[in-house]
Amino acid sequence: MSSLAVVADADLAQASNYLVYSSMAVYTLAFLAHIAEWIFGSRSKVGRTAAALTGAGVRAADAPAVQVRGKGGTAVLDKPKVVTRSASGARDVPDGPGAAGGTVQGDLYGRIAVSLTALAFLIEAAGVIARATSVRRAPWGNMYEFSLTFSTVAVGAYLTLLVLKKNVRWMGLILVTTVLLDLGIATTWLYTASDQLVPALHSYWLWIHVSTAIICGAVFYIGATGTVLYLFRDGYESRLARGEQPGRFATSVMERLPAAATLDKFSYRINAAFFPLWTFTIIAGAIWAGDAWGRYWGWDPKEVWSFVTWVAYACYLHARATAGWKGRKAAYLALFAFACWIWNYYGVNILLNGKHSYAGV
Amino acid sequence: MSTTDKASTEAPHSEDSAEAAATAEAEAAATAEATAEAAAGAQLSTAPQEEAATAPVGIGVLGWARWFWRQLTSMRVALILLLLLSLASIPGSLIPQTQVDEMKVAVWKQEHASWVTVAEKLQLFDVYSSVWFSAIYLLLFISLIGCILPRSWQFVGQLRGRPPGAPKRLDRLPAYATWRTEKSPGEVLSYAKTMLGERRFRTEAGGNAVAAEKGYLREAGNLLFHIALIVMLIAFAWGQYFKSEGGKLVLRGKGFSNTLTQYDDFKHGALFESDDLPPFSFTLDKFDSAYERTGPQKGTARDFKAYVTFSEGADGKPQKREIEVNKPLEVDGSKVYLLGHGYAPVISVTDPTGKVIFKDAVPMLPQDSNLSSTGAVKVTDGYKNKDGKKEQLGFAAMFVPTFAGEGKGTMFSQFPELDYPVLALNAWHGSLGVDSGLPQNVYQLDTSKMEQFKGADGQLLKQRMRPGETMTLPDGAGTVKFEGIERWATFSITQQPGSGLALGGAIAAIGGLAGSLFIQRRRIWVRAVAGEDGVTVVEMAGLGRSESPKLPEELTVLSAELHQQAPTASAPPVEATVEVEGERK
Ligand code: HEM
Repeated sequence: MSSLAVVADADLAQASNYLVYSSMAVYTLAFLAHIAEWIFGSRSKVGRTAAALTGAGVRAADAPAVQVRGKGGTAVLDKPKVVTRSASGARDVPDGPGAAGGTVQGDLYGRIAVSLTALAFLIEAAGVIARATSVRRAPWGNMYEFSLTFSTVAVGAYLTLLVLKKNVRWMGLILVTTVLLDLGIATTWLYTASDQLVPALHSYWLWIHVSTAIICGAVFYIGATGTVLYLFRDGYESRLARGEQPGRFATSVMERLPAAATLDKFSYRINAAFFPLWTFTIIAGAIWAGDAWGRYWGWDPKEVWSFVTWVAYACYLHARATAGWKGRKAAYLALFAFACWIWNYYGVNILLNGKHSYAGV
Repeated sequence: MSTTDKASTEAPHSEDSAEAAATAEAEAAATAEATAEAAAGAQLSTAPQEEAATAPVGIGVLGWARWFWRQLTSMRVALILLLLLSLASIPGSLIPQTQVDEMKVAVWKQEHASWVTVAEKLQLFDVYSSVWFSAIYLLLFISLIGCILPRSWQFVGQLRGRPPGAPKRLDRLPAYATWRTEKSPGEVLSYAKTMLGERRFRTEAGGNAVAAEKGYLREAGNLLFHIALIVMLIAFAWGQYFKSEGGKLVLRGKGFSNTLTQYDDFKHGALFESDDLPPFSFTLDKFDSAYERTGPQKGTARDFKAYVTFSEGADGKPQKREIEVNKPLEVDGSKVYLLGHGYAPVISVTDPTGKVIFKDAVPMLPQDSNLSSTGAVKVTDGYKNKDGKKEQLGFAAMFVPTFAGEGKGTMFSQFPELDYPVLALNAWHGSLGVDSGLPQNVYQLDTSKMEQFKGADGQLLKQRMRPGETMTLPDGAGTVKFEGIERWATFSITQQPGSGLALGGAIAAIGGLAGSLFIQRRRIWVRAVAGEDGVTVVEMAGLGRSESPKLPEELTVLSAELHQQAPTASAPPVEATVEVEGERK
């Protein structure tokens, strides 16, 4: 009978551990490179101001563009130029030039940081795959494995945005820092030896439900990062607008970030784009619960908090559509929603006992 | 500003923005531009207008009722109700719920004795059926229906309507392009109309401009999503009223048929009737389990499988089936789940004459994950003691599938499989109390009317047995033999009508949501006027529900295409003006 249980492949499991530790080392290097990027960026005020005005050294999207609209047009023009303007009421503040502040050295370190992050991502992903192969199942049987996959997906989403030429390098430092934190917690406190699953987790719904849950969490995390920075940058812009002069450090950091409106839109898009997937995650969970426990909804703590998270995000989306709740208030709702997600992930697993407790947390 | 621009575009900073710094002139311009945009963006969505929280108009009940209704169906109240709903669900995850686990509720009550009255008053053990929780979601759903109905009508109206005419100043809109061409205005406009029509825009020519709109599916998706929420709620309610759920313990080799009397326990919704149970039966042929043998997770379950012979209907053809933890057996609207399993020692009892008066497999109730189990053997009939008097026998039993070993302390199992099974019994005689009419726990012995057998040494009679061993009762009262071990499994048989409807609603909700969030509703205007020098000035502008990078991208593509048909006039530039605009991606 015991032949039904597949024995974990110890060598692969060990390899997975080495890969995870290696990725942490590379993330640490990426962290240092980002720090260097920010430091070099802080040095060159002149370069930055110039960059902000002319768009030199940074991509056009990051800088206010100067449009020369010829009345008569020219024959060389093969396409009419589309001019965009933000909606009335929004501050017309340009995006900052990014952490490197338009400096060549800062930019070099920034690129190094991104390359290292990509390398660390590949190593970490290999670690996850090794772990999965060692037990021949989805690598989401316990919190250690969730945490690994969670940070891998978050970095993957960040790199995807970069590949899509989205302006997201501003979050590099924060992301790498939190990934290191996540991996640190995972390897020291949550570590669970590679092993088989309890029967309740034997289901293809594990692949569907848990993978989408982790993807949503990782992407919502990126959205929440944008929201937090939005709140800071928005505060900074309001102070400037009121004629106050924020401190030198705050100025140095804040002026290099994208404009508040850009950050706000960034997190809205991320959250809105993945809200349907989160809805799907919950429904997939309900279908699985129907198969595993004989009821599709039973107010188990995990279910409750998924529901709370879902309603909170719905609330945020409503808030964005309601005049008096836009901006900061909506941002607080978004952070509340993400806090619910995180609590559901760590708090509920560790502190509240429900049916969703697996082997080794 | 914050009210006038409501219907058209997002204004993330309408309040605490740079307004302080803005000059009066700028503000006036902004207001004018906002009004223009509002007209151009009118009916771009069916979202209810934000209303100021003014007192009811008119006096009397009707005025108040109307005011109340308008409040309830406003976005603001929907938002607050949603927030309340999320906060209100929280306590139910922190305090155990009767609905989920009654045992945990009892334990909590013991541990927090001083809170019990307050918690009970606040219905904290039944949060999800409490008055206050129900009030919130009922209000929310009334609000939802009150919101959906007018929006649906409005949307139908919009589907019949035509896109509104071009605003006076197209260059005020979020995306704008202009060039001069030698084609005539009429030609340009007809090119534009065809081009936009080909791209499935709804177009409307009027005056010197063409208006076009696309993305109605966004609104449709949004309405579908909200309607799907209502469908899901109805499905849940339906399920609650008609559901049934029963448990049954089945020994290996024994069977079950789906009638009310066969259940060990049975719960059902208010409107359930026992005729609703579909007829079927099954026999448990075999039960397999696998456990982790080594490592830190030793003893953790890895696999359970019940092999059954199943027949549908009153006398259907028997078929072999397997039931696993995640793979229930589905029959005619019912599902049979594998819930738990355990051991049932087979025990035989003889009376003083040596006649076997009892032989049965007696299920033991597992107490821990290694299946240390307890139970009771009750011999109700057929026993006469040495004096020929009728009596009943009872044995309190503890069973461990893997005993730690003699001298190694207590009866706690070391592993869930039958590596070293040991049964411990102590024996009683007297009245089991089963005829008293009170419900009895089959796993426990009520010893209030019983006496314990005593051993030769005057000590209470207790014995640990391996399979095949026998315990002899004192003074020739009979023997008890541990014959062997059977297995059992528990099944839960549930019927949950409405789950198909709920699933349908859920799928519609996701589809609607995707439509609502991924489709942009937007308008494009093309204007062509003959300039003073006879050259045509073409202007194109776009407006969306929210600022999206897609709108300028789309306008770029559209203007490039129109530009091909109406290329820039080759006239030399007269003078260039420089305009600085905040450009966003
Ligand atoms: C059960 C409660 C509700 C939930 C979970 C919910 C959820 C949502 C979600 C997720 C969206 C975002 C979709 C989008 O932005 O297009 C949305 C939009 C919307 N909801 Fe709800 N909603 C609920 C109740 C209501 C009620 C009661 C109203 C009416 C007062 C309402 C009116 C709207 C409107 C007008 C939009 C569109 C906003 C826009 O076009 O930007 N909702 N809702």
